[in-house]
Amino acid sequence: MEQDEVTVLKDKPDLDLLKSKAIAIRRQILEMISRVGSGHPGGSLSCVEILIALYFHIMNINPNKPRWEDRDRFILSKGHAAPALYATLAERGFYSMEDQKDLRSIGSNLQGHPDRHRLPGVDVSTGSLGNGLSVGLGITLAGMLNKQNYKTYVLLGDGECNEGLIWEAAMAASHHRAENLIAVIDRNGLQIDGPTEQVMGLEPLARKWESFGWNVLQVDGHDLQGLISAFDKAKLHRHQPSVIIAHLIKGSGVSYMEWVADFHGKPPNDDELLSALEELSKGYK
Amino acid sequence: MQSTKSAYGEFLVETASKHPDVVVLDADTSHSTQTLDFAKKFPERFFNMGCAEQNLLATAAGFAHAGKIPFVSCFSLFGSGRAWEQIRNYIAFEKLNVKMVFTHAGLSNAPDGSSHQSLEDIALMRVISNLIVGVPCDAEETHLMLSAIIETLEPTYIRLRRIEEEILEKPYDFNLGKAGIMKDGSDITLVGTGMTVPIILQAENQLKNNGISARVINLHTIQPIDEPVLIKAARETTGIITIENHSTTGGLGGAVTEVVSSKNPCLVKRIGVNNSFGESALTVHELFNKYGLTADNVVANAKAMLKK
Repeated sequence: MEQDEVTVLKDKPDLDLLKSKAIAIRRQILEMISRVGSGHPGGSLSCVEILIALYFHIMNINPNKPRWEDRDRFILSKGHAAPALYATLAERGFYSMEDQKDLRSIGSNLQGHPDRHRLPGVDVSTGSLGNGLSVGLGITLAGMLNKQNYKTYVLLGDGECNEGLIWEAAMAASHHRAENLIAVIDRNGLQIDGPTEQVMGLEPLARKWESFGWNVLQVDGHDLQGLISAFDKAKLHRHQPSVIIAHLIKGSGVSYMEWVADFHGKPPNDDELLSALEELSKGYK
Repeated sequence: MQSTKSAYGEFLVETASKHPDVVVLDADTSHSTQTLDFAKKFPERFFNMGCAEQNLLATAAGFAHAGKIPFVSCFSLFGSGRAWEQIRNYIAFEKLNVKMVFTHAGLSNAPDGSSHQSLEDIALMRVISNLIVGVPCDAEETHLMLSAIIETLEPTYIRLRRIEEEILEKPYDFNLGKAGIMKDGSDITLVGTGMTVPIILQAENQLKNNGISARVINLHTIQPIDEPVLIKAARETTGIITIENHSTTGGLGGAVTEVVSSKNPCLVKRIGVNNSFGESALTVHELFNKYGLTADNVVANAKAMLKK
């Protein structure tokens, strides 16, 4: 063990419980988007396992104290996956979904992109891509200056890695040895206009992050055990920030959405929703 | 004589012990912005983000999220221009306590030329909700303004320059958001900010010799703007002349016009860099002369307005 400080010890994860949460959260995502006919299903569905691994096992948080100073932080830099975050936070006990108005509707706390003024559990308001890693860096460096141990997790989209600011942050995080900063990339291979490698090729992505001075891990992003192990390794790594490239399926969990770029921002219609919910209830994933 | 940026550098060092949560971020410009002294004395609280202004501002936001008070510095054009969206979405929208003190504003960075001369930053920043925008008239006012803003929790932008400037006599108590009345005249009103305050003082003197009584207002806080002082001036004098080290569009003149046109319409003449970029010169005063930022120009416009 490289780490010489006390870590929060967690029991072995209950994978069956986590998988059932994944189904519940996918249902929520589809229902909330469908009900209002607006939202981003593809990229919300792809990152469910990541959110579950973090919020139900890895992160040191307290839903009763959403602003607890020593908490681990999470930034949904790919802010359009808000439905996934909203469903996860509700499931985790930060607030009740029943109390909320519809997604994206006027007066709702469930804004189109996360707004930390409106929902407990949201650490940073996001939406405009490319910025979350920098904000996460600032939060991390402040914590390290204060000699606090919290980790800051930043979930990035792969299309989001087109933004130059991501690379400014990557350079700076490595330069400033921000070891408590852990990025996760939702590597689902699609962006709005098509596959990432056709629109703006990212590969060799892992080598890019390595060359920027990051500790790089790669994992099947739908394998909860694999994700948890990757996070555990990242938490122990010293002197460099870590990035977990999570290979994922955009639209994961719904057969007709999987790998389809069109479902980036297109809500399912009534028939599509019914079919999706049926698949989920049969335990598709 | 002292530069506004050197007053800033001194303030940071003074304030460091009184406010242990202060951290300073710079974009490889600490030798110019004068954050260098703080960097030397408090190295663990200084973060050089390199020549990358967007990352500079978004990282500062992160520090503020975590309870620090970040002072962020770089050149005005690149901070307010390049990182405008970071400021808007990640600082102002979030209402974070980030103090953006950018230097080399307006034509004050004369030799570097147009690419470095920010003629738009007042416009760009005041149009963002939740931001305080301040332009101190000299080094002393810089100190007063910084002392005031550190006691607030609002995101703030302070516009500083590059060169040494004279310290002005200021017959008012400094209050953020309350304009400084330099002279209380009755015929016409002259409004300046930052480097144009000495210019309107000169103009007032010339006008006095011509039998014209000019009210001289130092509008050091552009946002929130001192509406009562402007409405009073619009009501009590013939008209207002604004002059700024900035474009004539959207800055001081724009802000003043918005207030009076809706509350007490009067003629407003805006002097500044008019529909043009800047250029290189060895001194800022050559540029001020070329672009009409002079007492003579203010006087001529005042006389013309009074003839109407």
